[in-house]
Amino acid sequence: MTAVLSNPVFREPSSLAGPVREIEFRDAIREAMSEEMRRDKRVFLLGEEVAQYDGAYKVSKGMLAEFGPRRIIDTPISESGFAGMAIGAAAMGLRPIVEFMSWSFSLVAADPILNNAPKMLYMSGGQLGCPIVFRGNDGAGGQLGSTHSWCVEGLYSNVPGVKIVIPSCPADAKGLMKTAIRDDDPVFFLESERMLGNKGHVPEGEYLIPFGHAAVRRAGTHCTLASWGRPVNFCLEAAEILAKEGIDCEVIDLRTIRPLDLPTVVKSVKKTNCAVVVDQSWSFSSPGGELAALIHKHCFDDLDNFVHRVHSDDVPTPYSAKLEQEYLPNVRKICEAVRSATYRA
Amino acid sequence: MHLIREFEVRCTQSYQDKKIGGFCHVYIGQEAVAVGCTQAVRPEDPIITAYRDHGHALARGMTARACMAEMYGKVGGCAKGKGGSMHMFDRPNNLYGGHGIVGAQTPLGAGLAFATKYEDEVINGGKNTRVTLCFLGDGAVNQGAFYEAMNLAGLFDIPVIFIVENNGYSMGTAIDRGTTMSHDLCIKGRAHGLKEAVIDGMDLLAVYHDMHELAEWCRANSRPAFVDMKCYRYKGHSMSDPRKYRTREEEERYEANDAIAKFEKALLDHGVVTEESVKEMLKGVREEVRDSIQFSNESPEPPLSDLYTDVFVEPWGRYTGSSLPEFMGGADNVCGFRATDGKEGLV
Repeated sequence: MTAVLSNPVFREPSSLAGPVREIEFRDAIREAMSEEMRRDKRVFLLGEEVAQYDGAYKVSKGMLAEFGPRRIIDTPISESGFAGMAIGAAAMGLRPIVEFMSWSFSLVAADPILNNAPKMLYMSGGQLGCPIVFRGNDGAGGQLGSTHSWCVEGLYSNVPGVKIVIPSCPADAKGLMKTAIRDDDPVFFLESERMLGNKGHVPEGEYLIPFGHAAVRRAGTHCTLASWGRPVNFCLEAAEILAKEGIDCEVIDLRTIRPLDLPTVVKSVKKTNCAVVVDQSWSFSSPGGELAALIHKHCFDDLDNFVHRVHSDDVPTPYSAKLEQEYLPNVRKICEAVRSATYRA
Repeated sequence: MHLIREFEVRCTQSYQDKKIGGFCHVYIGQEAVAVGCTQAVRPEDPIITAYRDHGHALARGMTARACMAEMYGKVGGCAKGKGGSMHMFDRPNNLYGGHGIVGAQTPLGAGLAFATKYEDEVINGGKNTRVTLCFLGDGAVNQGAFYEAMNLAGLFDIPVIFIVENNGYSMGTAIDRGTTMSHDLCIKGRAHGLKEAVIDGMDLLAVYHDMHELAEWCRANSRPAFVDMKCYRYKGHSMSDPRKYRTREEEERYEANDAIAKFEKALLDHGVVTEESVKEMLKGVREEVRDSIQFSNESPEPPLSDLYTDVFVEPWGRYTGSSLPEFMGGADNVCGFRATDGKEGLV
């Protein structure tokens, strides 16, 4: 484990010097994929509209021009087929990146991505691994309706053998994607359509962010807000509002939920004696519920209140913009949860 | 073929003795398919199959010991007892499973062939040199994944041969009760532009000859193919199958056309073997299988620590796991990437 940390490529983006360079989330992912494809010919990208169309969400824009059609591969609308094909290729030693236009579409590929990719190594007694990255948009994209708004981490985090990465900002997206591509295990990389246009500072130099390393986005003393992915940004907004009310929140961005950096959360909760978990998936059998249970276990004597949880409401995702906003774990709900958890309601 | 048959007979006995658990599907009757096909290609050509996989594993070169011990759930098994009867993996012999979900291996098979072609052409800048054999049963012909796999194979010029081991029954359902156009299965491949062949799977020489020709065509042209391999399984779908869906007369008709007996007769007729050398070979086969049973009985049970290995690969920290109801297992994994020398955070 120390050997991993002593690897010089692992570093926080904030530790890199250089001028401020603001790029979009989608550009950060593209940079990571392109850099890794230049570095390793075994890496290739396939999915619907990734090549000639330049990506349905322009994440792979320009990559066909650089790498050609043998490595940037348009597939038919055939998720079960091309996900399974990529898994076979990974078992042979290639390192595919599979783009699901939306993780919602991965449900028709559930058998290969859950039954083959994460179990290959185990069932073969360690003979065959599956170094593959599945990536795409996860969660509500903005009035897409119920079938296109899945938060698949609620389903997939139940399965052993997968690593699940859910970045919240461009710099992390780049560093975590590079790690995902070099990882020897199947990685589910969950982006958000609503964040692809978000801009942030991404340093020029090379860096990889190891999995299982949470980032403390905001230090605070009254309440720990633990989250991942897009809702981290809502937590930061909520923390600013709550600060004006005299509630000082510590915001922890888990970055990966498998592996899960529990020690960073526990350390924070032992300081604040209060925790709110914010998870975009539905509450029942969710990663947020799991994290809350772990906090209860490890901080039982430190908590001043039970761990509060903010999730998407337990209903199919509505179409109406107003209803969808209310359904998601929004800033208002987070503020209410923190006030309740800190007895300021 | 004799080895496979003897192996499967003893496998059935072991199952009845409760030495083998779970689901177990024997290959008796179809031996000529696995043997003829594997002999028709090169050792570096990948092979992938479904759950009736003991025959393919043995034909590909897995030892009877490793195959039997896997079913006994012992450490001497090919997957250290983690895969079982339906999941035979043998990387050195380029056997990529053993897959339990009907039809699921077909996109994977296309992927193996995609990878060999990619390696030859994109990474090494040469010409495609390998062809993948992807076996499936006639029941898998009705799985959606198979059609997606054929479409991708046709679209991307993938050198994979989908060999439908058409034994006439998907479990207890006769093919015409579950499959349209069952009299002309090749139409399924034709629809995706695959080269097609109907082969008598009960005739070893026909399998070898036709498959060799087809495989060389696929290799040279880097194109996929579809084979309707006509065959018959003498026993039930699995160990618990009383075969009430077919008649004893039908079984006897096929058994009278046994591939092993036919090939043996051909060899005797041409003076390639003698009665004595056949007896000698059978003796050797029986000894080999007996030895595999003894080996499997003596091979140790896996240590409980094996439960937690092979979940993730190094170098990101070997997964040690835990049976505790933790999200990521034991403490070692929760902070798998954290320095243990007291220095927290990153470099």
